[in-house]
Amino acid sequence: MPLILPLLLAVVLFCIGVYGVLARRNAITLLMSFELMLNAVNLNLVAFDAWRLDGLATGQTLAVFVITLAAAEIGLGLAIVLLLFRTHGHVDADAARDLVEEEQESAT
Amino acid sequence: MTTVLFSVAGIVAVVAAVIVVVSRRIVHAALWLVVALGAVAGCFGALHAEFVALVQILVYVGAIVVLVLFALMLTKAPTNPLPGLTTARSPFAAVVATVLALILGLGVVLAFGNEKVKPVRDGSAHAVGTQVFTTWVLPFEVLSVLLLAALIGAIALSQRKKED
Repeated sequence: MPLILPLLLAVVLFCIGVYGVLARRNAITLLMSFELMLNAVNLNLVAFDAWRLDGLATGQTLAVFVITLAAAEIGLGLAIVLLLFRTHGHVDADAARDLVEEEQESAT
Repeated sequence: MTTVLFSVAGIVAVVAAVIVVVSRRIVHAALWLVVALGAVAGCFGALHAEFVALVQILVYVGAIVVLVLFALMLTKAPTNPLPGLTTARSPFAAVVATVLALILGLGVVLAFGNEKVKPVRDGSAHAVGTQVFTTWVLPFEVLSVLLLAALIGAIALSQRKKED
């Protein structure tokens, strides 16, 4: 199998995730797009592991670690989203602008 | 044979991922995420990383998507199509994603265009587990502490009282 095949698939998946992060409004769909991007990274790790065959299973081990990190990330992310829903009553990432600077303050 | 399997799984993954980011029904997007992640697991299997493929199905499809569906339920996500789910800047986002794909794809083709992968059966749980508990045991332990920290953080966030 040419190595370029999994790498190009990873590029396409990553860019679909980038589009989702930039274009979506609901915070949960943003998290879903993050998962797509992390999957693209995993695909790269596994493909380079199959290419190098260093005997340490580096890519596969790191891919399992990234999957664990993704589980931790989605747990915290969804906790934050639920907190946003409880305090604001919506999960709109564009409308959550509590930390935005005031115009006068940024001008001074 | 593995190339054909990988290509089929890859096409399924890309189509499902596109539906995830453009669907106007948010629950449908979450369910198509199952298809996309499962197809990526198939890609791992075609690369002879069986253990990673199984972990992918267990953790992603089994836990993460269920968590996402629970969050959709708790935030009262509507099941009807929402025209406002994609913002007005989506054409700009599409341009950014396309340009990024062209740059990354060009770099990948120039760097690795002629390389070949000869998948060998080294992705069993035995092989990966041996390496995890010998070479990678320190990162593994650090990762378990990080999971504990994430667990405590999630509990602390969800226990917070409404103050003001």
